[in-house]
Amino acid sequence: MMKQIFTLATLVALEALCARFFLTIVILLLIGFGFALFIGQITVIETIAYQSSLLAAFLRLSAVYIVSLFVITSMVHEFQEHSVYLWLSLPIQRSTYFLGKFSGFMLIALITAILFGAALLLFVPYLQVGLWTLSLFCELLIITALSLFCVLTFHHAVQTFSVVLGFYILARSISTMQLMAEGPLNNSWTDQFINGLINILAMLLPNLVQFTQSEWIVYYTGSFDNLLEIVVQTIIYVILLIAMSLFDLYRKNL
Amino acid sequence: MIQKQRTIRSVPKKVLCLLILSLGLQIIWHYQLPPSSAQIKPLTSPPRVELLRLFSLGDPIVAAKVLMLWLQAFETQGGKFLSYQQLNYNTLQEWLARILLLDPKVQYPLLTASYSYSMVNDPFKKRQILEFIYQQFFIDPNTRWQWLAHAAILAKHRLKDLPLALKYAEAIAAHATPNMPYWAQEMRIFILEDMGELEEARLVIGGMLAKGQITDPNEIKFLNEKLLALEQNK
Repeated sequence: MMKQIFTLATLVALEALCARFFLTIVILLLIGFGFALFIGQITVIETIAYQSSLLAAFLRLSAVYIVSLFVITSMVHEFQEHSVYLWLSLPIQRSTYFLGKFSGFMLIALITAILFGAALLLFVPYLQVGLWTLSLFCELLIITALSLFCVLTFHHAVQTFSVVLGFYILARSISTMQLMAEGPLNNSWTDQFINGLINILAMLLPNLVQFTQSEWIVYYTGSFDNLLEIVVQTIIYVILLIAMSLFDLYRKNL
Repeated sequence: MIQKQRTIRSVPKKVLCLLILSLGLQIIWHYQLPPSSAQIKPLTSPPRVELLRLFSLGDPIVAAKVLMLWLQAFETQGGKFLSYQQLNYNTLQEWLARILLLDPKVQYPLLTASYSYSMVNDPFKKRQILEFIYQQFFIDPNTRWQWLAHAAILAKHRLKDLPLALKYAEAIAAHATPNMPYWAQEMRIFILEDMGELEEARLVIGGMLAKGQITDPNEIKFLNEKLLALEQNK
């Protein structure tokens, strides 16, 4: 089983090379550096803080965008070319196929996080960069698992990417929405209904606000206590998404 | 894998003509358009801080930095530079306050308030922005004292309003922290001296020396000499 997972993961990595995934990463890094240089020209004080925080935000969003898009397009391609049927016709379990694919995408997410994290070493101490990189990797793991789950459900790139984007925006804003919903003018039943709905959503979503914080980059406040919370949240949520994906995959009439 | 493309000759001439024509049309169309409006837009009130937090996708620090750069660039519109006189200082203060709420550790808004926006010629607007710095100082005196110190200097030299400068200097002295340099705490002595309040200045120096606030021997010597000079001017 491990050999099959390894083979599938290697094929995903080779696909990334053929699709010029890493060239895109390099182009994004160059755009990011250009952006940081521009910020350096227009700021009066706190130049490093402005450069590092805006570069980190740009890289984080780029990483989420590019990794999710790669996972989605790769899997849609697999369905359209019927490769998935070929794989499943072989003596290979559906769970092995899924874990092989997930391991390959996980490797891509790890390389992306390391390359983007290394770019910040120009501005930020290595310990904070290490924390930021690990946290970005955790964030990308959740996005990878979610993209896989959605693509197995929808099979189409547009719907899948829209759902992933919506999930990401919601997971990053849900704590602010909770604070807004718990305001003093919360009397009518519609307010209470919306408040309850937001609380249910917050319960079901990972708290991505705690991930990859700009505060670590700007004020060097990150510690490995933050990381523990992030790692536990990632493990729980990735296991949940894998279980949901496997449930869906085993029920599919492929 | 990448496949070798066919030569340009394999493209029909009609398609090539269409490509060149459409590109030309686009360029002509661009130059036909009226130049972008140079009408100056006023600074509108900022959204509520909760909304700003929501749209920051959980990253208020980055949102604060982007807003600050946008506000800084607001003076340049349609290739024209706005004078600070044209800015609504009430709205400007609201924006600066929102940015400080999003990222309370950031110093940039207070720097622009004390070094840029305070350079406005209108004394009323100048007082408004100095008052903003004064109000913001109390939120975090340990990191924001330098902007109030600059505000005190502006009040003294630009506005020639010594009581206002004294108010700022006294606020700094009242919230002195070990991180503050001695000169910031001693500003009120010189302002009192300029106001002719020599007795009050002597009392302040005496109080500082008696309380043991000053530990640096050079600073103690300087204050003693100052006290002596004030005694002689009595």
